Amino acid sequence: MTDSPDDFSQPTAMATIQPIAGENEQHPDVALVERVRGGDVSAYDTLVRKYERQIFRIAQHITQNREDAEDVMQDAFLKAYEKLEQFQGNSKFYTWLVRIAVNESLMRLRKRRTGKMVSIDEDVETEEGSVPRDLADWAPDPEQNYTQSELAEILRKTIQGLPQGFRVVFVLRDVEGLSTEETAETLGLSVPAVKSRLLRARLQLRERLTRYFRQKKGGEK
Amino acid sequence: MTCTEFLAQLDDLIDDEVTAEMRADLKEHLRGCDHCEVTLNTTRKTIEIYRSHEIYDLPNDLRDRLHSAIMARCKKGC
Repeated sequence: MTDSPDDFSQPTAMATIQPIAGENEQHPDVALVERVRGGDVSAYDTLVRKYERQIFRIAQHITQNREDAEDVMQDAFLKAYEKLEQFQGNSKFYTWLVRIAVNESLMRLRKRRTGKMVSIDEDVETEEGSVPRDLADWAPDPEQNYTQSELAEILRKTIQGLPQGFRVVFVLRDVEGLSTEETAETLGLSVPAVKSRLLRARLQLRERLTRYFRQKKGGEK
Repeated sequence: MTCTEFLAQLDDLIDDEVTAEMRADLKEHLRGCDHCEVTLNTTRKTIEIYRSHEIYDLPNDLRDRLHSAIMARCKKGC
């Protein structure tokens, strides 16, 4: 195995992308939101610039369509601007914005599927991947065996194969760095539901990536 | 500890949310279970790999275009 026993006592740091303010410390977005409310549009420019990549990525993960993701990104920021008065400050601005983007993405999907209901609960009943079956170890640094574009294609194809309800939880929690509680709040799910979906998502992705990254046996190319 | 019990704690272990006592139990299980060790390490790697690779790139020209469109609408009051 690549990890030594010592690694066990120092688990991989799952640092959140968004710095979390302490209880008495005000998150920098709060001041920006206040400035926007006071009519300073340039403060909104700062907020858009700060989060546009994340919002685009989330929209692309849900809609799996570039044009839709572009529209969702614009609509989400415009809607957030229009509704800024409704932002209570109980949650972080980013979490609130992500919730808007998730809803916009689901609406966009619904439109594409001509009105068919679309929810984040879709296809979560599958048992696939809930128990690891492929227990082959991975090659050391398996990414090195692929070019950047090949690797991106593998990662895209693999995550697109996950049920929507697992994919969104994995993206928000593990890729975008929301906490379990924030992910639950954003998606309107309970914390246990998020935890259950996250485990299944991680295991399914691991299983699917093993097909590409497994350690080759002697003589195998 | 069985492999099923280990698996139930896998996420908390990866996210460093287990008690010291549980951590010791999990470590003990790993000493004798290659399968769970592989599962733990490759699951960690799965998360790392998705975190460190941009799979949906937003090129700068597209980003600038979308950004300008958003801000133009905001300045008009949407």
